[in-house]
Amino acid sequence: MSIPNVPPEPPDPSLPAEGLISGAADVAAAVPAPEDLAIAAGMLPATKPRSAFVRGMEVFFENKLAVAGGVIIVVMVLFCSLGPLFYHGNTTVVNFGNQTLPPGAGHPLGTDSNGNDILARLMTSGQISLEVGIAAAILATVIGVLWGSIAGYFGGIIDAVMMRIVDAVLSIPVLFLALVIVAIVTPSEPILILVIAMTSWLTTSRLVRGEALSLRVREYVQAMRVMGGGSARAVLRHIAPNAIGTIVVNLSFQVADAIGLVVALSYLGLGIRPPEEDWGAMLSNGITYVADGYWWLIVPAGVCIVIVITAFIWIGEGLRDAVEVRLQRR
Amino acid sequence: MAPLLQIEDLHTEIRLRSATVQALAGVSLTVEAGECLGIVGESGSGKTMTALSIMQLLPPGGHITGGRVLLDGQAISTLDDNAMRNVRGNEIGMIFQDPLTSLNPTMTIGDQIAETVRLHRGAGRQDALARAVEVLSLVGMPRPAERVRAYPHQLSGGMRQRVMIAMALACEPRLVIADEPTTALDVTIQKQILELLDDLRKRLGMAVILVTHDLGVIAGRADRAAVMYAGRVMEETSTLRLFGNPRHPYTEALFQALPGKSAVDSGRLYNIPGQPPDLTRPPAGCKFAARCRYAQDACRTDEPPLEGDADHPYRCFFPVGRATDPAEPASAQVIAAEVAERAAAEADGQPLLQIEHLVKNFPVTAGAVLQRRVGAVSAVADVSFSIRPGRTFGLVGESGCGKTTVGRLIVGLERASGGSILLDGEDLARVKRSDRKRRGSKVQLMFQDSYASMDPRMRVGPILREPLAIQRVGGRRQQQAKINAMLDEVGLPRAAVERYPHEFSGGQRQRLGLARALILSPKLLVADEPVSALDVSIQAQILNLMQDLQRDLGLSYLFISHDLSVVQYMADTIGVMYLGKLVEVGPADDVYYRPVHPYTKGLIDAIPVPDPQLERATRQKGVAGELPSNIHPPSGCRFRTRCPFAQDLCAEQEPPLRPFTAAGHLAACHFPLRQPEPEALSDAAPEPPQPA
Repeated sequence: MSIPNVPPEPPDPSLPAEGLISGAADVAAAVPAPEDLAIAAGMLPATKPRSAFVRGMEVFFENKLAVAGGVIIVVMVLFCSLGPLFYHGNTTVVNFGNQTLPPGAGHPLGTDSNGNDILARLMTSGQISLEVGIAAAILATVIGVLWGSIAGYFGGIIDAVMMRIVDAVLSIPVLFLALVIVAIVTPSEPILILVIAMTSWLTTSRLVRGEALSLRVREYVQAMRVMGGGSARAVLRHIAPNAIGTIVVNLSFQVADAIGLVVALSYLGLGIRPPEEDWGAMLSNGITYVADGYWWLIVPAGVCIVIVITAFIWIGEGLRDAVEVRLQRR
Repeated sequence: MAPLLQIEDLHTEIRLRSATVQALAGVSLTVEAGECLGIVGESGSGKTMTALSIMQLLPPGGHITGGRVLLDGQAISTLDDNAMRNVRGNEIGMIFQDPLTSLNPTMTIGDQIAETVRLHRGAGRQDALARAVEVLSLVGMPRPAERVRAYPHQLSGGMRQRVMIAMALACEPRLVIADEPTTALDVTIQKQILELLDDLRKRLGMAVILVTHDLGVIAGRADRAAVMYAGRVMEETSTLRLFGNPRHPYTEALFQALPGKSAVDSGRLYNIPGQPPDLTRPPAGCKFAARCRYAQDACRTDEPPLEGDADHPYRCFFPVGRATDPAEPASAQVIAAEVAERAAAEADGQPLLQIEHLVKNFPVTAGAVLQRRVGAVSAVADVSFSIRPGRTFGLVGESGCGKTTVGRLIVGLERASGGSILLDGEDLARVKRSDRKRRGSKVQLMFQDSYASMDPRMRVGPILREPLAIQRVGGRRQQQAKINAMLDEVGLPRAAVERYPHEFSGGQRQRLGLARALILSPKLLVADEPVSALDVSIQAQILNLMQDLQRDLGLSYLFISHDLSVVQYMADTIGVMYLGKLVEVGPADDVYYRPVHPYTKGLIDAIPVPDPQLERATRQKGVAGELPSNIHPPSGCRFRTRCPFAQDLCAEQEPPLRPFTAAGHLAACHFPLRQPEPEALSDAAPEPPQPA
């Protein structure tokens, strides 16, 4: 051992630190121990304080899949909205001379059974699929949040009745419900949004109700009540901001689901009426020729559907990590 | 002969997202066959990591980077997962802290115990179940043949921990690692479980590693003890030696930070300043240097090796000398004199808070939609006490005794079913909901878990401003001034307002909780287990702070805790609750040193005391059995089902609170441990309870 074993300095009994133990501590103990404050000051983490939003975004951007999902959605939206400005193809006029041409010069992705250019149709159909999916998901989330938070916050008989209604509607298969509604009213884009929203708010409302139930009894809400605060403050200051993360995460999964549902309806011929079309309808048309080997009628639309839905799910996963405060601490 | 278990220079790391934690850095320990080794340390000291490294059950990202673990001379730290499975459960059994999460809720306990036997012994179903019954009876489970078919949720916490021990023992391991086996349990149950472990160790001749944060737990049980800090063993020796003559300043400081029987019972606890180092970036030199009062320059540059006596190695350049004689517990006469003096001083003045015949019943309902009322939980049953201005009333009892409910009734989180809560003459039990705002400025609550009680999405500034905003106190600038003053008061930097609660350590958050509770200048602070979640060194900081603030601001505290030694340190008056009833109340020292009620005595005996002699002397004492249901509380005296002195009278007649000394020491017992003093009988016979 390189350091000589020096006996420690005998602790001076008059020092405050030692006086605390010895019991004769009356005067020395009266002032808060100075080292206490000094240490307290040094205890804070050195990093600059950042807002919860910034930290959440950091976690989100660390998740490669979530970032990929975000990029895919941006590219897809640009492709569908701005694409038609740069790429002009026949999307409406029936031209039997150009029927089911394979991909090649003039038609990068070939043509369909009406002789329309598939790439161009992919863009215009995509607009409808994305619009309906996103709008329906937002509408469903709004309905679900209102319903669920009212049920969850008030509880008791209100909660019981509201949730039994949800259970009842949830017991009917979504596709069946949508089919019935669409069979009664002629589907247009707004109608389709409404129909999908009406069938998919249920799960959101359950989720939000659970969240409200658990947030309502959190200790920080109780602490606020002890201070004398009321329900309005509880909801606006504590419950809503803490539930918003869950709601946003759920929204992105809802979009994925809604796009899937609109595709399914159109595929069954109950979506947007021709000549307007979405990706589901493109699939539906193409499937007739599947035995003839015209793969380009199915694959482009199918790939678009799969990657858009997957991208929204990835974003949802990333957001879930980002709103989780515990993960932000790492 | 080679020791049973030998750990040589073990290094373990845990990789996190952006950093690596050096959880263990050169841990060397040995365990002889049949021996009990205690490992003590605060959270983050690496004691659990040592246990998990031996078992190779490290959390994700964790792995052993150096050193080895030998079991019977055979290296087990290099075994692959397959071979390790043979060791786990078979050679080494493990008991975890929380028996509820460690047991599978969908399997009967019999099947879970049998599973181990079938895996390791290849026993058939029937044989394994028979073995399960056998080990269950070994661990003291009543009616084991019936209980093998029970599911974990049907058992109490103490019984579940017995099941965990039975699982660990099923294959007769030679070593059992118990990781905080009693931390989640009440003191009375803790005592029973520790005694069981001790007894089994002796009967089965197995070795035990007892991992705990509680010096009192190892005092009476362990043959040898190792003190860990920052992933290192700081000191290791026989238990008697460690407690008699600690050589490392950290060990010494731990003892002095502990309120307890052997501590000085007036004056302050020793503050270990600061907090343990960040193990992602461990400081150079001795890891304790930053908090050590004897640290010199050498300590900050070079790390001391584990040296010293062969029987007593320690990791310090400047070990503390021979210990002074342990403080004598103050004798009864001295205490009686002090008590009388204090009582005289208290005789005048109106009580700040007066609680009379307080009752709270929670309805028990059945059915999902139409909730029928099928019974009531009697949480608080006719409790009366009072608190004088500037004083501390300590309320103790096991979990489920109603002490927290009393606190919640006072702050208005629950509405009383009966009785009155008079604060400054105003009955809070009758205050209308709309008037609750006014109450907020008089009574405040301090939570056990300050993290849960602060909105994780709010910064400290808004958190501290919220009470002022709700009560509409002052303008924005005055509020800011008040927040700054409060932060100074609790010893936190003003820059804290920019931070989020999760950026603070447990002790700092408790300071924040205190700041928020006091910012409205309440007269009474209800502190519900304010230090129960904290490590010993941090606990001492908070307790000292609470005492300073009481003196400076003239506060009154209702201090609720399960830990009688902490309450005794803090309180002027102690009330002991059992199953909704106040069974004993009186001056703190009088209740602690000369208890009247058998339950109080049992509770005191059950507290693990960091003194091996005392701890060994109270063996086989404590309270037997478990808390009965308070839906159908026992008739007469509620404690009679667990009381060693219970007679027929106790079942028939409920004992009233009656005075035992003139200083206001009351207890409700037909067969008290001592008889009332004559003067108590003469002057306070027919009066209603007027405690404290």
